Amino acid sequence: MAIDAARLAAGAATPRRRWRHFDRSVLIWALLVLVLLVLVINPLARLLWTSFQHPDTGAFTLENYAAAYGRWRYIEALINSVVVGLAAALLCVAFGVPMAWAVSRTDMPAKGLVWAAVLGTFIMPNYLGAVAWILLAGPNAGWLNRAWMALTGAGAGPFNVYSMPGLVLVIACYSFPYMYVFTRGALDLVSSEMEDAASTLGAGILRTTAKITLPLVLPAILGAFIVVFLEAIALFGTPALIALPGRFQVITTTLWQMFEFPPRLQMAAAYSMPLLLITVYLFWLQYRIIARKGYVALTGKGGERRLVRLGPWRWAALGYCLFVTSLSFFLPLLVVLQAAFAKAWGRGFSLDNVTLRNIRFVLFDQPATRRATLNTFLYAGAASLIALGLALAIAYIVARRLVPMGRALTYVAMAPFVIPGIVLAIGFYAAYTSKPLVLYGTAWILILAFATRFLPIAYTNSDAALRAINPELEDAARILGGGRLLALRKVVGPLLRRGLAGAFILVFIPATRELSSAIFLYTTGTQVLSVLLFDKSDEGNFELLSSMGLILVVVTVALVLVGFRLVGRDFLLRRTAT
Amino acid sequence: MSKLALRGVTRRFGAFTAVEAFTMELAEGEFVSLLGPSGCGKTTTLRMIAGFLPPTEGTIEMDGEVISSPASSLPPERRGMSMIFQSYAIWPNMTVGENVAFGLTVRKRPRAEIQERVGRILDVVRMKHLVDRYPQELSGGQQQRVALARAIVVQPSVLLLDEPLSNLDANLREEMRYEIRRLHDEFRITTVYVTHDQAEAMVTSDRIAVMNQGRVEQVDAPRAVYARPRTRFVAGFIGRTNFLEGEARGADVAFDGFTVPAAGFATPPPSRGLLSFSLRPQSIQLHGRAPGRGDGAAVVAGRVIQRAYLGEHWDYAVRPEGSALVLRVSARPHEVFEMDARVWLELDPRQMAPIE
Repeated sequence: MAIDAARLAAGAATPRRRWRHFDRSVLIWALLVLVLLVLVINPLARLLWTSFQHPDTGAFTLENYAAAYGRWRYIEALINSVVVGLAAALLCVAFGVPMAWAVSRTDMPAKGLVWAAVLGTFIMPNYLGAVAWILLAGPNAGWLNRAWMALTGAGAGPFNVYSMPGLVLVIACYSFPYMYVFTRGALDLVSSEMEDAASTLGAGILRTTAKITLPLVLPAILGAFIVVFLEAIALFGTPALIALPGRFQVITTTLWQMFEFPPRLQMAAAYSMPLLLITVYLFWLQYRIIARKGYVALTGKGGERRLVRLGPWRWAALGYCLFVTSLSFFLPLLVVLQAAFAKAWGRGFSLDNVTLRNIRFVLFDQPATRRATLNTFLYAGAASLIALGLALAIAYIVARRLVPMGRALTYVAMAPFVIPGIVLAIGFYAAYTSKPLVLYGTAWILILAFATRFLPIAYTNSDAALRAINPELEDAARILGGGRLLALRKVVGPLLRRGLAGAFILVFIPATRELSSAIFLYTTGTQVLSVLLFDKSDEGNFELLSSMGLILVVVTVALVLVGFRLVGRDFLLRRTAT
Repeated sequence: MSKLALRGVTRRFGAFTAVEAFTMELAEGEFVSLLGPSGCGKTTTLRMIAGFLPPTEGTIEMDGEVISSPASSLPPERRGMSMIFQSYAIWPNMTVGENVAFGLTVRKRPRAEIQERVGRILDVVRMKHLVDRYPQELSGGQQQRVALARAIVVQPSVLLLDEPLSNLDANLREEMRYEIRRLHDEFRITTVYVTHDQAEAMVTSDRIAVMNQGRVEQVDAPRAVYARPRTRFVAGFIGRTNFLEGEARGADVAFDGFTVPAAGFATPPPSRGLLSFSLRPQSIQLHGRAPGRGDGAAVVAGRVIQRAYLGEHWDYAVRPEGSALVLRVSARPHEVFEMDARVWLELDPRQMAPIE
């Protein structure tokens, strides 16, 4: 086909034609990409930079690292964190795997109850669990100790929550749902045929389970083990409530103490680097384990599935499930409710001890708590909207290939997933306490930190919601003269509404209870409930602490119920959501 | 001046060339089909015309103005075109009326005019009584009509259709072919229609562009594409055919087992060299007795080696005597020949289309 020179010349665009052809919405996409980059990259870059900066002169130095690792107590805190993380993860295996097996593969009764209790555990903020366990196993006064003394006549109870075992137990209680969800998801995909193949060869139930079923779900268990370990070492609230009175330190509490006046930001930045690196590496490892091929059984369809008949042992299985969930949910809920509605929690469960004073005090009477309650939901709401709006825009830009190298944006949006909250907070502190942009002292630093922290949840959900919409619906609006933005507003937006409502809840819930990043970024006036709860913990007013925690729980339950209606029963305990 | 012109339009995805040097001009009000098997580049071409995809090479012009070139492309929303999608893409969050009104609302027409035009077009596609329904409450055929109404009501400069009937069942598909042609006759919108169904293309189009592996094989009126295919691909893709390989030997063209006088062909073949022809099964006459030799047709004796009765016609396979060829022949229902019967084939060289 010969194309003559004149035609070729027509093909070469003049600047004028280029401008006329230019899709103006590109400017908006470029702006949003910039916002994402600033939000995620800036704190991390500043964190890294700060860790090499001399506190006074600002010059490059390795002194911060020397200071951070030059003292035995800092090293000891690091070791403590690893020990707590490993022990908690092991305990989670003991808690979560048998439960997952019993619910997925056996004829155990009352599975609905177990499911509800696991969900309840998941809904309870872990620092509220810690408060509950102080009420249960505080030395002498704790309910379990009092019960022991009453039963045995002994002068002192055996339990002390302010100890390494106590910390491990409490962390495991609120992390085992991850183990349960991962393992159960894998077990649900193992077909009975594989187990049958073993049993026809003469293997009994136990042998089949141990030799066939468990190895098949081992990658899932390993993956969950890593997630729980990372969760445990990044946790701030529980160790702060338990380890500090117990006179030992972990990484996160050490970091917090570095911020006590005068804040040693540079040292904290240097000290947080191993936490960041371990997390990034282990998440990568976890991804590799889960994605590993070879466990074909887990990739195909389930095939026929029959439940293992346990006979009388099914009651034992239920007993174990109820034992674990009593530790994590039933007992803590009981003592928290009691304390929240008690004049003095130590006076026990009598009716004349019941009062609404605490709740009223938190919600209405005390300006600080009233303010904090308002702030909590305001910040969480704003952060969720920002995270969701940005995540949706980025997911859209990636899906429609609106900018070159779009796929890299996915990694940026997902990056906060592998950044411990406390590290992110230090990054935000480093980035926004000095010029050019001073946000410290305002609500925005909290809102933006929350938005960044939960951006990955928003991103995975936005992406899924967007993929469910046929792009032709959008093309149709454009060819009729709509333009991208109008197509988004009139067509894509309305269709996304339901999926995004679910995503909003999934971001909003963790944002209302976020403590580990808030603790570094709040100032007077921008306190949220989680921070206030932690602040008030050394006053020993457990009635007030329980009331504040309960308010969070009640709001969460209400949101979860809305989520069920919108998205379905599994929306909170999905693997993708965790 | 042509309404729409594609000049050397090429689209590559990495190393893969989806469309190669597509050149075609459409007159105002013309209806052209892009016909070809899946993966031949027809939808890619359509999406380039719509502006969803810029070409890697070449230009697309509308009313003499470049709208697509590798350097810059006018966004789809500023082309004034309409498109009908394979999935219909009826917006589930809007009623039938809102769907159809969308394009006019975007164009900021007065309310009264919008209402009037929407009502009129819904009347044309016989959907007026369903104006307040939501798409989920409509059948596939009704959704198709909404898509048509939505695309036509804005009086687009060019109407694009991407396999619009492939999700409908057979009866409805046949009905909608005529519906689309009827609407074209009524509104005379310049139309590009993508399909893999030759009957659809034949019913609707003024011209058909047959595509294969990213290249245009032939652009012609439906009858010409069928009767005078220019390439082996076109002959084989549109309807069934017999391929005959022959050798020109001066006054005759020799085939395996028989010869045909060169003078009989519609276009005289070269006097030397190997030639290929396409001959449709229904262009061959079958006779139980040797017919008289008339107007240059070749008569060849053979035997029936296979037959099938298909209701509307007979399908025979005949092997000429002394030949390895097998010719497919369509005969009318009353032309019955037994298996293994001796028959005479009347081959009309005017019906034999030379192909590349």
